[in-house]
Amino acid sequence: MDVSRDASHAEAAPSTGTTIVACTYKGGAVLGADGRVSIGNYIMNRASNKIAPLSEYIFLCRSGSAPDTQIISDNVRHYLNHMIAESGEEPSVEMAANLVRLINYNNKDHLVGAMLVVGWDKHGGGQVFGAPIGGTLVKEKWAIDGSGSTYIWGYCDSEFKEGMTREEAENWVKEALALAMTRDASSGGTIRIITLDGTGAHHTYVRGDQVPQFVDDMPFPTHAPGVLSAAASVGEGGMVIG
Amino acid sequence: MSGIGTGYDLSATTYSPDGKIFQTEYAQKAVDNSSTVLGLRCKDGVVLACEKLVLSKLLVEGSNRRIHNIDRHVGVAVAGLAPDGRMVANRAWDEAASYKRVYGEPIPGHVLCERVGSYAHMFNLYWSLRPYGATVLMAVYDKNGPALYAIDPSGSSLRYFGTAVGKGRQAAKNEIEKLKLSEMTCREAVIEAVKILHKVHDEDGKKFELEVSWICDETNKQHQRVPPELLTEAERQAKAALEDSDMDD
Repeated sequence: MDVSRDASHAEAAPSTGTTIVACTYKGGAVLGADGRVSIGNYIMNRASNKIAPLSEYIFLCRSGSAPDTQIISDNVRHYLNHMIAESGEEPSVEMAANLVRLINYNNKDHLVGAMLVVGWDKHGGGQVFGAPIGGTLVKEKWAIDGSGSTYIWGYCDSEFKEGMTREEAENWVKEALALAMTRDASSGGTIRIITLDGTGAHHTYVRGDQVPQFVDDMPFPTHAPGVLSAAASVGEGGMVIG
Repeated sequence: MSGIGTGYDLSATTYSPDGKIFQTEYAQKAVDNSSTVLGLRCKDGVVLACEKLVLSKLLVEGSNRRIHNIDRHVGVAVAGLAPDGRMVANRAWDEAASYKRVYGEPIPGHVLCERVGSYAHMFNLYWSLRPYGATVLMAVYDKNGPALYAIDPSGSSLRYFGTAVGKGRQAAKNEIEKLKLSEMTCREAVIEAVKILHKVHDEDGKKFELEVSWICDETNKQHQRVPPELLTEAERQAKAALEDSDMDD
């Protein structure tokens, strides 16, 4: 059978079944992503980095096909570097977003990449652009994408406020990601968050065992497999750890 | 005096013994012999003004355009050979349009002027081409503010507070230096520009027209021709100023 037509071969391509979240706040923008890369049921990478830097103050959140979005981010970084050399200035977020959109649109038959372009520039402040599959470009106050995003529209709609402080915005992103990671099988692992303001990009990494948990969540294993505590065998769903 | 090349001026790819490229210098001459064009950068925008000699009574008023729109936020005035200037302006238009298509935002002035400069410079490199016989004064208002650039036949592009090219450039530049441009609005600068053009015009009885454009806060940062009432008022003040100075003589 022709390998390229085989359905299982298509399933075998790694996908960033993902949750990506970004929002603007008073003074800048915050972006975040989960860490899971899966091929079917196999988690290929549980702590991957789905956030690609495009320039010093502009980042790309990647969801969809992992190789497609990596190529797109490499190309856009290349063109932006050219522009920095030509103009002598930092590029605007809109420029980066437009480049991502053009690649998506001009190659829409081949590419499957749903991305968020998030950054800070000195004329527009913090900005969030959604660049979904097909080549749309839309500037928004906040945006989410990836398979896990379907579970958090309600949360994002009701909890987002304009003019949040930096801390409020970071918590909003973290909560949104954690909720999605709870419900979406293709999202999970770790949380990476980047906060952008005029002073630069500030990275936060949330380890798997520090991701916020909710009612009914299985707690992250704290002891080695094989050691059963009294609580493990009694209350928590009866599942054996180990 | 006017650089008689004697064999070193036959092609743009030949240097003279004293380090000149005569073809470029001759192209510059074409600009120096044209009618005066000036540009003024004020605190809220840029003004471009051209003196146009009316070569024939049969010409419809307003023909022989010397000022072109490149994009909403950019305009150019051309001095020298008009068709050459038109080519350079078209290239600027191309660059601005393709930048907008790829990067999604209006081309910044300093990027556009360098691209036009590189383009004009290219024509100084090849035996099979001649340099453009035109200087382009470019008025821009982008997110970095208003700016005035001049790109000459050699391809060099420089940024100015105020400048003039063409026949009356020396006298015009002297007048421009007397102005405090950083404190002036474009509305005031239009009047000054028209006054200067009237003053430096060669008094040999030839009729001349003015083409004046501006790009400023008042025009919402878009490059436009100056409204007719303002132009009429400016001409009136210019003629009055000339009569005053005549009376002083």
